[in-house]
This record gives sequence, C-alpha cells and structure tokens, in this order.
Amino acid sequence: MRVTVDGSKCHGHQMCAIAAPAVFGSDDYGNAVVLMDPVPAEQQAAARRAEANCPERAITIEEDPQS
Amino acid sequence: MTTNGSPTDWVSDYDIFDPDFVRNPYPLMSEIRESACPVAHTDRWGGSWMPTRYDDIVAAAQEYDIFTSRNIIVVPPPTGQIEGPYAGVAAPPITSDPPEHHWHRRTILPTFAPQAVAKYEDGTRALCNRLIDGFIAAGQADAAADYAQQIPVRVIATMLGVPLEMADEFTSWVRGVLEIGLTDPKVRVESRMKILGFFRAQLDDRKANPREDDLITELLNTHVDGEPVSEDYVMGVCNLMLVAGIDTTWSAIGSSLWHLAQHPDHRRQLREQPEIWPTALEELLRAYSPVTMARIVDRDTEFQGCPMHAGDRVLMSFPAANRDPRQFENPDEVILDREHNRHVAFGSGIHRCAGSNLARLELRVALQTWMERIPEFELVDPTAVTWAGGQVRGPRRCLVRFPTDPSGATA
Repeated sequence: MRVTVDGSKCHGHQMCAIAAPAVFGSDDYGNAVVLMDPVPAEQQAAARRAEANCPERAITIEEDPQS
Repeated sequence: MTTNGSPTDWVSDYDIFDPDFVRNPYPLMSEIRESACPVAHTDRWGGSWMPTRYDDIVAAAQEYDIFTSRNIIVVPPPTGQIEGPYAGVAAPPITSDPPEHHWHRRTILPTFAPQAVAKYEDGTRALCNRLIDGFIAAGQADAAADYAQQIPVRVIATMLGVPLEMADEFTSWVRGVLEIGLTDPKVRVESRMKILGFFRAQLDDRKANPREDDLITELLNTHVDGEPVSEDYVMGVCNLMLVAGIDTTWSAIGSSLWHLAQHPDHRRQLREQPEIWPTALEELLRAYSPVTMARIVDRDTEFQGCPMHAGDRVLMSFPAANRDPRQFENPDEVILDREHNRHVAFGSGIHRCAGSNLARLELRVALQTWMERIPEFELVDPTAVTWAGGQVRGPRRCLVRFPTDPSGATA
C-alpha cells in the first residue's frame, strides 16, 4: 500500500496522525507528513481509517494490486 | 434587531439565541436541513444565512474569496467597537483573508503544532488534579464551572506568560465578548476594551523588559520579509489566543462530561477499552462541536439557490455540519469507536482552528484525569443544567454527584 498527502489540501487537522500515528506525523507547522510509505500490512487498516477521517480529503491510498 | 418571541418558521426566521435552540439545537437544525431550503435565513440579530448541510458548509469554508473572514462573530459588531484606540486590532489569522492570511497564520502555526503543545501536558494534568482535589471529598461538583471552565484559561495564560491570578478576569472578559456581549453590545465593547487595554500594557512591559522563552516577546521580535510585524498584529494574535482559546475548549470539556455523566455504558467502554480514547475524543468533538463562526459575503452571489448580497453574514454552523446524516451514519448517536469521522468541529479549509492540537490535548487530559479520579458520576438534576450558545455552545452549570472515596486516595 502506498499513501500520499496532497499538501495543497492539507490544513493541519492532524486527524490522520490520530488515526494512524505510525503512518502520519506533523511538520513544524502542524501539516501532515507521511512517515511510512509503503505501508506495511499491520498498519494498513489504520492508514485506511486515517483516509476516512481526513476532513479535507487530502489523503490518497493506493492499494497493492491483488496477486 | 428583532426578538419577537420564539420563531414559528425556523427556515425563514431562526433565532440562535432562542432558549430551546441553545438547550438543544439539533432537532431544529435537522428540521432546517431536511426542509426544501437547507440554507436558512433570518432577519434577527442583524440578519444572517445559515447553511445546515455538511457539503454546503465545507464548500463555503473552501470559497474564502467569496465567504470572507473580515468579521467572524455571529452578531455584527456594535458601532462602539469600530472606533476608538484599538480600531486597527483584529484577531489574526482568524480575521485575515489571503494574501495576508498566509503569513499571519504561518507565524503562529509552529507554536501550536502537536510537538510544540506537548510541553503543556504535564502542567495541564497537574492543574486538573488540583481542581479535583478541591471537590472530590464533597461527592458533588459543578463539572462546568468548577472544572471545565477553570482549565483552558490557565493553559492559555501560561502560554501567553500573563498572570494566572487573573484567570477569573480573563474568563469574564471572554464571556463578555463571545457570550453575554452578543446580546448586550455595551458588555461586548467594554470587554473588548479591557482585553486590548490589558494586552497593550503587556506589550509595553515586554518592550521595556524583554523575556526569555516568552511568546509575546517572540511575537514582537518577529520579522516578515525583513520588516518587523506591527504591534496591532501582535495585539491581535494575543486577543485571538485569549478569546478563541478559552470558552471553546471549556465548552467541549463540559459537554463531554455532561454526556459521560448520562452514559454509564460509555464510561465502562472507556475503562475497558482505553485504546479507543483517541477515536472517542473525536466523536465527542463531532457530536458536541461547540463553535459556530461567521463569514461575510464579498460580492453578490448565488449559493444553493439563495441570493446572497455583498456584506451579508453567513453562519458557519459546524455543529449542524457534524450532525448531517448525508455525511455521518446515525449522526445523533454518540459512537465512541466510530471509524469514519471527517468532522469539522475545528472548521475546514484555510481557517482550520490554529489551536486545535492544544484544544485536543486539554480535552484528552481533562477527561482522562476526571475519569481516573471520578470513574462513576451522574447529573444531580438533568433539567437544572444551563447552556450558553450562539457562537460557542456548552454547559455553564452542570452539577454532578459521585461516590466519595473513603480512603481519600488521590491519583
């Protein structure tokens, strides 16, 4: 799984870091940064929850292709 | 300004200060949201529009060039406010529009980043414990006035480096601006003058006696593009921190305790599954969002079929957005482990509450400390709880009782 944050949409709610603190963090201004990409299997549910809690819809998740 | 009794038609004549709306706004918000006209209008209190659907409120928040922040209070300023010695002092960045908004906000954001506010956690927990020490033996306390109300004012005063002994005065000034003053223009102007007079003196003191590790000194020394920032800007930031940082967070803490007092199942869930705390706090923020902001329409525009004119006021009811069933499943139900929660309690877009990380820290520490020390509690009389509303909604009197611990142990 790959995750990206669109910096032009993120306004620093930090709700991604609350839902998935291992995957998302904060820069000096409180805006989201990706800490873990690709996202390992054990963090993928948290990463999906982070996407579903972002009020700015700034997070994109690219799921691994089904093998 | 009209106050002709309670409205009969909320879509065309809502009243944000109507006692029924203040006590429980959600059914009336729902009535508007599900009507043929989900963007309500009123002539009361200077006149305003009020979108009630999540998508509409978020869209207005994103369109900052049409829905400007040149005034963000839900009732227009009285004339006495626009004149006088502090006429140039606003509350940046909440009252700023682009392009200035960008540096106004960027200057203060690092102060409020999660890693920066973490240093206030221990002090906040000690404060919460001291407050509980003061009433735990009595088996009864006002969760709003004796606890919630006492916390953010002291955290903000610590942050600003201003005297903690003045906490009661700060609280009364802020209520004067955001609560009592909204229906009493004289109180509103007087309270604003007290706040700005106080910060004028604080700025003069820091200029004469600069302090190490002090926010006001740092703000005075801030340069943007090689130029020092204006003192009106620094006064405005201090004004914002005091006015926006106190009864907003206190209201969120109070509403959450009011909820938990009535839900033994939720108290048990938090005890048995402490890992849900982060999600639970977001859910309480969603369900009991305290803050409604305002925007001023820049130019004539049509919004969701409503003809809005330049200068019109639009109420940004984040509480209404957060109860929209189009966005949230079972929106009126508090689901502490809600998985999908794009709530906008702290707003949306470029004006997202700059202090949200501090507010969350205070809410978390205040609720966790209460629940550790007072795991079981209930409302003494649900009908006796009083609420403030309008700009910021939360309980102002909320008496609870709890079993006293015979061992007298403290955490």
